[in-house]
Amino acid sequence: MIISILDYGSGNIKSVSKAVEYAALNLGKSARVQVIADINKIKLSDKIILPGQGSFKQCADTLFKMTGAIDELNEFVIQKKKYIFGICVGMQLFSDYGYEDGGHKGLGWIEGEVKKINIIDSKLKLPHMGWNEIKIKNDHGLFKNLSNDKHFYFVHSYHFVASSEINVAASTLYQDEITAAVIKDNIFGTQFHPEKSQTNGIKILENFINW
Amino acid sequence: MLKKRIIPCLDVKNGRVVKGINFINLVDAGDPVEQASIYNKSGADEICFLDITASNENRDILLDTVKKTAECCFVPLTVGGGVRTVQDIRNLLLAGADKVSINTAAIKNPDLIKESALKFGSQCIVVAIDAKKTGDNKWTVFTHGGRESANLDVLEFAKLAQSSGAGEILLTSMDKDGTKSGYDIELTKTISENLTIPVIASGGVGTLEHIKDGIVLGGASAVLAASIFHFGKYSIKEVKEYLKSQSVSVRI
Repeated sequence: MIISILDYGSGNIKSVSKAVEYAALNLGKSARVQVIADINKIKLSDKIILPGQGSFKQCADTLFKMTGAIDELNEFVIQKKKYIFGICVGMQLFSDYGYEDGGHKGLGWIEGEVKKINIIDSKLKLPHMGWNEIKIKNDHGLFKNLSNDKHFYFVHSYHFVASSEINVAASTLYQDEITAAVIKDNIFGTQFHPEKSQTNGIKILENFINW
Repeated sequence: MLKKRIIPCLDVKNGRVVKGINFINLVDAGDPVEQASIYNKSGADEICFLDITASNENRDILLDTVKKTAECCFVPLTVGGGVRTVQDIRNLLLAGADKVSINTAAIKNPDLIKESALKFGSQCIVVAIDAKKTGDNKWTVFTHGGRESANLDVLEFAKLAQSSGAGEILLTSMDKDGTKSGYDIELTKTISENLTIPVIASGGVGTLEHIKDGIVLGGASAVLAASIFHFGKYSIKEVKEYLKSQSVSVRI
């Protein structure tokens, strides 16, 4: 199995690839984990991980400017229905539109918009940074074998507001209930960083490899 | 509910963990990769590396250490010390750091905060402030590992760092650092109450109660501690169990 992490110049790809390699090793699967910047390698992959750090606009800008990237991704995800996992801004990019930093359109795969978390309680800080528990809304195999506490590492100021609750796979509480994971058919994404979420994070990556 | 973070900090000099009192009198406390990997397994919420010598020849040792640590740690890793340029930040991120802490360079040139936050995202830019008490409810920013006064008010500078795009403030009390007499609560509280971004309390922790006070009285989102962990006085688990018993919300 070839699992490709798309490198479009967004932050710390290394920690993602290390964690996926570790998860594959745990499973005893002979998965090839590769970081790709060449979009022609998308179609040669079995699964894609779309990371993302920084602002929605900057990530979207870079991705949309990569010649052919959007077409290749649409073919992989929409036509071929192959599995993709978006992390943090990578997940937010699945939406129709993100308002951060002046705004940019997204990939439009999961209906919804990415908006700033509205904090009224002055004791709560932004970014929402650190470990928070998730509440699973869709008892999917991707959440298999997690520990009881379900803590994951978050760091973000914007959140995915999905048009349909059906696509919210998990939520977390930060003043209000906000999206922690989205799902639609072969498309999965988490607002939290599985690669930085210790054992629970590795489990989710294992489940994605097994998906 | 968001948990309060417990962050063991490794002060690294020439590739070894050291710990001093008031920034001097350094004592060897082990191999950083080994230490980090133990913390990773024992429940640390993040791990912090501060390269306290930060000379140029030391850079490669640090990058190599960061690389090795990132390979065995699946919690966020913050690295700081001697970061001067956007390229320095990039090199550390490429080596596997998740966040980079900037100190002297950010004070000399706040545009570096802006530039790097735009380029890499606020989430990975930590501004480290070394504060020294200079009057009633007044603290002054110091640079160069606490050796030079920057003649800047800590609160004013912290606000500037926030508006420039810092994602977090690592606030060290130089008066308290290494004394084991507790965090500077007034300092932590003043900065935390006046900022919207998280503040990490640092400098002075000696007991479990000090950690609780930093969070409950100081309003810190996270606490940093070095020697109490390195020399085995407390384990991270003990700290967290104590905090839980005191109704502080932590990840166990």
